[in-house]
Amino acid sequence: MAGTIAWQLATVKAVRDETPAVRSFTLALPEWPRHRPGQHVDVRLTAEDGYSVERSYSIASEPERGAELDLTVERIVDGEVSGFLHEVVVAGDRFEVRGPIGGYFVWEAPHGGPLLLVAGGSGVVPLMAMLRHRARAGSSVPTRLLYSSRGADEIIYRTELENLASDGSGLEVLHTLTRSQPPGWTGYARRIDERMLAEAAEPLGIGSRVFICGPTALVENAANGLVRLGLPAGHIRTERFGPTGT
Amino acid sequence: MSERFVTRGFVGRRGGADDAGTGDDFHARTPPGQYLTNDFPVLSAGPTPRTPLDRWSLRIEGLLGSPIEWTWNEFLALPARDWVVDISCVTKWTKLDMRWRGPSVDTLLEAVDIDPKAAFVVAWSDGGYTTNLPLADVLNDQAFVAYEDDGKPLTPEHGGPARLVVPGRYFWKSAKWVRGLRLQTKDEPGFWESLGYNNRGDQWREERYTGD
Repeated sequence: MAGTIAWQLATVKAVRDETPAVRSFTLALPEWPRHRPGQHVDVRLTAEDGYSVERSYSIASEPERGAELDLTVERIVDGEVSGFLHEVVVAGDRFEVRGPIGGYFVWEAPHGGPLLLVAGGSGVVPLMAMLRHRARAGSSVPTRLLYSSRGADEIIYRTELENLASDGSGLEVLHTLTRSQPPGWTGYARRIDERMLAEAAEPLGIGSRVFICGPTALVENAANGLVRLGLPAGHIRTERFGPTGT
Repeated sequence: MSERFVTRGFVGRRGGADDAGTGDDFHARTPPGQYLTNDFPVLSAGPTPRTPLDRWSLRIEGLLGSPIEWTWNEFLALPARDWVVDISCVTKWTKLDMRWRGPSVDTLLEAVDIDPKAAFVVAWSDGGYTTNLPLADVLNDQAFVAYEDDGKPLTPEHGGPARLVVPGRYFWKSAKWVRGLRLQTKDEPGFWESLGYNNRGDQWREERYTGD
């Protein structure tokens, strides 16, 4: 078995806004074992008096970038760590990171496809690592991303997704906007439901590998819906975050 | 890195994202690297299995005289008690004073004749999930099989109809949708234990990942 996953000191190379509430941080690490798309890291912040907190964040970048990785962090209301990352951290700052962590919610090009990705909000982050890796690896595995956001300005990676979907590699991105739609919106305009799942999944067939990430209610609905549509439960991998609602 | 690096400008809120508690008692009950929450987040690796209760059973097998299997109604008839315990998930949340109801693992094991060579337990679940524990870690009221959470039937998302609960370990050891316990002489890493997570998972030693 591997040794300890040690804490190391990451240096922030760049900070960029993805949406009003979502920001990406490019980190340089002293030593980074190649991660697998879908894995996450732990971040630890420590105050001068020794008080410290840890959180887990999905890696947004592809492993081909070597000892540099992107974390995309949504600002949570009153979030102790996300608030600090958004308000205080600038390029040149350093904080502790350890990883990569997690070995199940991962996809690498040799795994093949077809690939069906379902995301809600910032749940797109680990799926983006898969899509970026797919592009860098030159994979043409038929892939569809069904991505639910509340409004157009909350779509993370919107331009990059458009570019990836137009490079001829066989990626299609289907957006749904659940709260508000801009004039002329041609995508879906409701929460993910069984009909939408059927339309997203059907062209790929029931042999797809499925990765679903988002708030619990979305993940439950999407996973249960796909099982009812006949996709084998064993091909559906999920990652969830956020409160249960009730 | 043994010394922790002080993060520029970080003061912290000391109460956690949900501010579920700031008192000394709460602080003392929060394992290292964890934050308190009032939510009950859901985590699982795949779709939620749904086995009808008339097809549900709980089985104890492995190194013992003869295996035993309870139907749902037989399981509910076992001596049960209320439990109030603190739960810590490896994803960093800790929830204090969670109320559960169900029989202790001791109660279940009283029904079988355990071979003295049995030293480990593998819990297995609907959907194929497994997790491993030393037998010593689930005896003496350290573990139970819950069918109620906060006075209500355990929902499928949270592992219903019944889940193992081992409060002294990270929550992935508390197998959702549990259907059986297998007693063995040898340890056998379960699902997450084979995917980079710690074999023991003691939250007070912060045994999150392999090698911790």
